Amino acid sequence: MGRHFSTRLISGFAFAATLGVSFVTSPASAATLRMAWSQDATGLDPHKQTAFSSIRLLELIYEPLVRLDKDLKIVPAIASSWEFSDGGKQLTFKLNPNAKFQDGKPVTPADVKASFERVLDEKTAAAARANFRSIASIETPDPTTVVFKLSQPDVPLLTAMASINAAIVPASEITAGSVGTKALGSGPFKLEKWDPNSKEVLTANKDWAGGKVGVDGIDISVLPDETAILASLRTKQIDFALLNDPLVATLVPKETNLTLNRTPVLAYHVLQLNASRKPMNELGVRQAISCAIDRQDVLDTASVGEGKVTGPLTAPGYTTDASQLFCYKRDVEKAKKLMADAGYADGFSATVIAANGEPATAASEAQVIQSQLAEIGVKLDIKMMELNVYVDAWLKGDFDMAVALNGGRADPYSMYNRYWTKAGNLQKVANYIDDTLDSQMQKGREETDPAKRKAIFADFEKHLVEMSPWVWLYTSYSYTAQQKNVQGFVPTPEGSLFGLSKVTVQQ
Amino acid sequence: MSYLTRRLSTFPLVMLGVSILVFVAIRMVPGDAITAMLGTEAGLLTPAQREALANYFGIDQPIAVQYWHWLLGVFRGDLGISVTYGKPVLGVILERFPLTLQLALMSMCVALLVGLPAGVFAATRNEKMSDLAVRIFAMIGQSTPNFVVGLLIIYALSAGFGILPTMGEFTPLLVDPLRNLGQMILPAVTLGFAFAASVTRISRSAMLDVLSDDYVRTARSKGVPKRSVIWRHALPNALIPVVTLSGVEFGYLLGGAVLVEQIYALPGLGRLVLDAILQRDYALVQGCVLFIAFNFMVVNLIVDLVYVALDPRIRLGEGG
Repeated sequence: MGRHFSTRLISGFAFAATLGVSFVTSPASAATLRMAWSQDATGLDPHKQTAFSSIRLLELIYEPLVRLDKDLKIVPAIASSWEFSDGGKQLTFKLNPNAKFQDGKPVTPADVKASFERVLDEKTAAAARANFRSIASIETPDPTTVVFKLSQPDVPLLTAMASINAAIVPASEITAGSVGTKALGSGPFKLEKWDPNSKEVLTANKDWAGGKVGVDGIDISVLPDETAILASLRTKQIDFALLNDPLVATLVPKETNLTLNRTPVLAYHVLQLNASRKPMNELGVRQAISCAIDRQDVLDTASVGEGKVTGPLTAPGYTTDASQLFCYKRDVEKAKKLMADAGYADGFSATVIAANGEPATAASEAQVIQSQLAEIGVKLDIKMMELNVYVDAWLKGDFDMAVALNGGRADPYSMYNRYWTKAGNLQKVANYIDDTLDSQMQKGREETDPAKRKAIFADFEKHLVEMSPWVWLYTSYSYTAQQKNVQGFVPTPEGSLFGLSKVTVQQ
Repeated sequence: MSYLTRRLSTFPLVMLGVSILVFVAIRMVPGDAITAMLGTEAGLLTPAQREALANYFGIDQPIAVQYWHWLLGVFRGDLGISVTYGKPVLGVILERFPLTLQLALMSMCVALLVGLPAGVFAATRNEKMSDLAVRIFAMIGQSTPNFVVGLLIIYALSAGFGILPTMGEFTPLLVDPLRNLGQMILPAVTLGFAFAASVTRISRSAMLDVLSDDYVRTARSKGVPKRSVIWRHALPNALIPVVTLSGVEFGYLLGGAVLVEQIYALPGLGRLVLDAILQRDYALVQGCVLFIAFNFMVVNLIVDLVYVALDPRIRLGEGG
């Protein structure tokens, strides 16, 4: 009986194995792009969602007035042209007459007005409202014109308007209260189906004012494990994927049928020091920490060299030569002297917090920093936390030091006013401010001449690095991987997937 | 009062305890639905905005009041609305449950089909080379985490043979059985691997005990063939610890297999709970935990009833 039983067992497994093979992938379908990512959107309300994973989906469905291209230049979206007047206190948009929502109705100035009023309404609880506070009133003089009257000159406002958090939604949907449930935008794709944390089905919007969409649609699968995403690419089950983990991404070029798109992004890895706590309140101690850290080594060890050492300014057009910044060349002797001068010749102990898997390299970054700071007598205790727990501690400023990956913006003012102005919403997190930083930020906000703005922010950066409230480390890349027959994807420094609107799949 | 009624009457009490525990615990963890949705951008909210969001998520009331409202809902059969899915919690859970149930059943089949014969085989060849081989295999099986097994299988299949089950879109069994089994077989094997190792070890040692009993020796001396002694006489008596183990393990599996679901991208209960916790979808976490606790109690009850069927000497509920 035993033998008989095992024969049956073996034949059972053989059957199972046959099944295993029978579900081998079918060849790439005509023109629907099969895509995968590991983190799904958390909601459909473009004004409320701030997570990268949500923005990546929503920017395929909705459109703002303007958009940033691959060089972070402002280009038309719903608006075809715009101009500042009245000394920077008035911003006028002309809308594209062809712009239509996915239900066929035209996008009108009334929709624009209603959308911005919704963002500004505190009841909406849009975090992006902080970027639009200079809007005093909105006028709609004719069927294609919208005029924003500002309470003060606000040059970065236009860049902030390029965010999907300033998307234009139909006024009727706002009245009906269905913005977060029915995803009705004017973007290149319509959302047909959303099964959270599992699947999205998008179809091309034939009426899109931006031109012809290159594929019939996109099927997005949520595969939480990026190794599984790589395996699915390898077996041609998917055509295109978004990857976060540099360790997985660097394996892609080893596969002959795959292409890796690797784009520097604006987000920056940083070691935040809490300057309100002893001994980080001492300038000398903060500078010593900055001098003791070998940024390139952190990048090489924690992130397999996938990135570039950076100062605070990460947007192309504003970046400066990082090697010229204070202590960007590691100097342990100088660090030790600074520590001794500040009265900490024997070092001190502190705790550094980091979030599990956010970014994927957080724990490794903390470990490299720990070993580097040990050389000047700083004993770091690493505390890894679940993301939400980390965010909670971070927002309360409840940490000695924090390893963070903070989002970048195309405009330095929008990027840093939350931290480095006296009225900044996140002053409690930054815990350091001085008059120089505050006044440089104000000047940068009002200056319209690009060359002068660049100079203002370069001074701001130099001063900020010298004061060392934080130690900026490096910027990394955003990664997408695709089959060789997928063509036309243009990545951007914002990590946007909007480029999928022009992608084609060759048969 | 019969044993069954008495056992069933404890259910509501246990559920109440579980519900209070999970209700308080999930709210005591730092971070809330607002930070889960907005991340660090939550710091940009004005107090009025924060209040509006807290009201939207239903977390603006004191915990006791929130619990009372929730409990009243539960009595009406309403576990609340999931903020992630925008649907009633019970509906979301029931959508995910068939997959989890199927995965649990399939991996239990794998475990028993492999583990039981292996355990019996090893017991009958006690201390021989083949016994040692089975024991080593069982030890490796038990000590290898299932995500390692899963990742190895995926890597070997995709890199070595260029094949992989369809991931991302799950096909229910009744819609397309072949496709469904294609998606489920690898996760079931992955999960069943460690489970089979435990079954092997338990059934081997139980079998060894039974084989040294007098009645087995008697049967052998009466001339009953060895095969018949093992499978007809000894095995049923060696099954009780196996049933206990399988019951407990099955109960766990019904709570979802987080890592395996994660690796194979299966939308089961395990991932549902994990995502709900990460996104601080309170109603969904509470609903899931309650549902899992209920399943666990039912499985335990069934295990106890199976004991009686296996060994008529066991009398449930008679004390002593």
